[in-house]
Amino acid sequence: MTDKMPLLYMQGVETYYGNIIALRGVDVAVFEGEIVTLIGANGAGKSTLMMTICGNPQARSGQIVYDGEDITHLPTHEIMSRSIAQSPEGRRIFPRMTVMENLQMGAMLTDGASFDRDLERVFDLFPRLKERQHQRGGTLSGGEQQMLAIARALMSKPRLLLLDEPSLGLAPMVVKQIFQVIHDLNRDEGLTVFLVEQNAFHALRLAHRGYVMVNGKITMTGTGAELLARPEVRAAYLEGGRHEAAE
Amino acid sequence: MSDINQAGSAEEHQAPGALVEWEQRVAGYGGEPPFVEEPEYGSPIVLALKDAAIAAGIAAALFLFFIGFRTDINLGGLELTTRWQAFGISIVAVFVGRLAFRMLFWGSRQKGGRSLATRAIESRKGTPLSEHFARHSGKVGAFALAAAIVYPIVILWAFPLKDKQFIDLGILVLTYIMLGWGLNIVVGLAGLLDLGYVAFYAVGAYSFALFAQYFDVGFWFALPVAGLLAACWGIILGFPVLRLRGDYLAIVTLAFGEIIRIVLLNWYTFTGGPDGISGIPDPTFFGLAFARGDDNLPGLLGLKYDSAYKQAYFFYIILLLAMITNFVTMRLRKLPLGRAWEALREDEIACRSLGINTTNTKLTAFAIGAMFGGFAGSFFATRQGFISPESFTFMESALILAIVVLGGLGSQMGVVIASIVMIGGFELFRDLAEYRMLIFGLLMVIIMVWRPRGLIATRDPSAILKQRQSISADMVAQGEGH
Repeated sequence: MTDKMPLLYMQGVETYYGNIIALRGVDVAVFEGEIVTLIGANGAGKSTLMMTICGNPQARSGQIVYDGEDITHLPTHEIMSRSIAQSPEGRRIFPRMTVMENLQMGAMLTDGASFDRDLERVFDLFPRLKERQHQRGGTLSGGEQQMLAIARALMSKPRLLLLDEPSLGLAPMVVKQIFQVIHDLNRDEGLTVFLVEQNAFHALRLAHRGYVMVNGKITMTGTGAELLARPEVRAAYLEGGRHEAAE
Repeated sequence: MSDINQAGSAEEHQAPGALVEWEQRVAGYGGEPPFVEEPEYGSPIVLALKDAAIAAGIAAALFLFFIGFRTDINLGGLELTTRWQAFGISIVAVFVGRLAFRMLFWGSRQKGGRSLATRAIESRKGTPLSEHFARHSGKVGAFALAAAIVYPIVILWAFPLKDKQFIDLGILVLTYIMLGWGLNIVVGLAGLLDLGYVAFYAVGAYSFALFAQYFDVGFWFALPVAGLLAACWGIILGFPVLRLRGDYLAIVTLAFGEIIRIVLLNWYTFTGGPDGISGIPDPTFFGLAFARGDDNLPGLLGLKYDSAYKQAYFFYIILLLAMITNFVTMRLRKLPLGRAWEALREDEIACRSLGINTTNTKLTAFAIGAMFGGFAGSFFATRQGFISPESFTFMESALILAIVVLGGLGSQMGVVIASIVMIGGFELFRDLAEYRMLIFGLLMVIIMVWRPRGLIATRDPSAILKQRQSISADMVAQGEGH
């Protein structure tokens, strides 16, 4: 039964911004080796959920457990040093630092012994970054910046990778590339991925399981294929959301 | 039906006009730097003339009533006089001024936005000025250090009558270089805008002065203690401002600087208040003093006593302290801590997501920056022999910050150049008393127009480079995280 214990789970988590409630009792579980996606409309609380896992803001009630340890009330830097890595929303690479320096920042918490190997690995995943390793982060294109953000997160050799909207503002071609890499990482290395996305179609096709969030609550869950087939999901997230507005 | 409604509301959200168009264009680029304005087309001289003519036209319209006409109270009402000559001169001045600015500093946008002045300097090597500096920073630094080492010797030899004055100027410049380097850690590397840096300078100075007064200790003992105390105050300041950024941080640090000064001013029984503290001892050289008498250093070396020797000794002390500051900063930049500072400046949220403890990172930046301020303060106390709260006003903080900003945030060499230009310039124009601040202000405006990111804006990557990057750092937008 031990392998049934999720790597990360959230139980009844409530998060507030001041007096405004953003997450209303969220239950989410991510098992080792899975890709789990969280989809939902703008302002549903997806990013808040992601940030709550990282402890910024901290959950006011409920429990977040990672690898059997309660991390609900740990400060962000302690959480992030527990083999969790995040590629934050909006990429947030360091624009005046070179690609190499950005990657070194990602490896900051490792002992540095395997730096060269890790570097080789992310360069294999994203050959573009190898070409551009001496270029400043801010001069990269949007897609390359997203690759750099993911590569930087991978440099800490995480067991769990949190991705916040990696498709944001990118061309469809680039989105496809990035999702392919996530897929390969999961298949070949067994990396567990928790993916927050607006691009529901791509995300659900990629993910083993998915959660749908509406207004701070999880309203639906199921395998990616199941959710893709549900008429509510199709209506709300795959066909422009117009039907929902018309109701 | 809902489609029509939506289309209607979408239009309502957008105010028509050029701003929206521009915003859409920026959004179309995905906000990716470098976003380049559309260039103007045409001959640069014609464009500049046109631009200057427009400025002159506006000036003519404005000045017609301000300068062209003059009314005086006279018998039987106001008397109107015209002053066409003054009117003409002011318009010509605007025309010429605008033209000169345009040609020299703003440049025409056709050639990558580089002005004539910049291009003139760059054309020699065909590389941007800042890149040029960065490439040769090692050589330039070594040369500057060598020049600093021989400076007092040359002065003693070449200007026997004015030697004290010149060496004193060198000491002053070096003090500001050291303060600039110290503040550079906080502002330049960690990106925390500190307007109260002079507080740590004051803490350092008063630590030594009070230790000397109450416990009769010497400079070399008090120096590390003063640094330590200043570092403690740095942490004390750091704690309440950890959550603040940008403008708010600046206001709190400004207040902190004033609090320290006002406490020093009002705690009469302990600090002497406005009377200050005098009789602060000189530093010794391994127990030997620079004073008259055969037992003292000049006497033992068989030299005739000259107070310029003591000045030279001060010069070498501050040179040593400044070089320590520089060395520590350069080392730290290559270590994880220094890298974390720079990352913090770029994007605080990204730092947290990488597991960096931003609290500790900020506190160490404040503490280490403050420590060097404390060292410099201690030196200031021993050099002056007398200190009072007068020396630690906000003007000092502003001056040090100006040196760092004008030199280029994070650039060690920039601080050196800015200190020499500003402090040296200050002394140079001493005879012009009331015009000094005017020239000072003008200089700052010119530097900021010409090089908005400071004299040396290039950030040298601390990772080893096998090849130069084709786009220099000053072309890249700053992060939004500060």
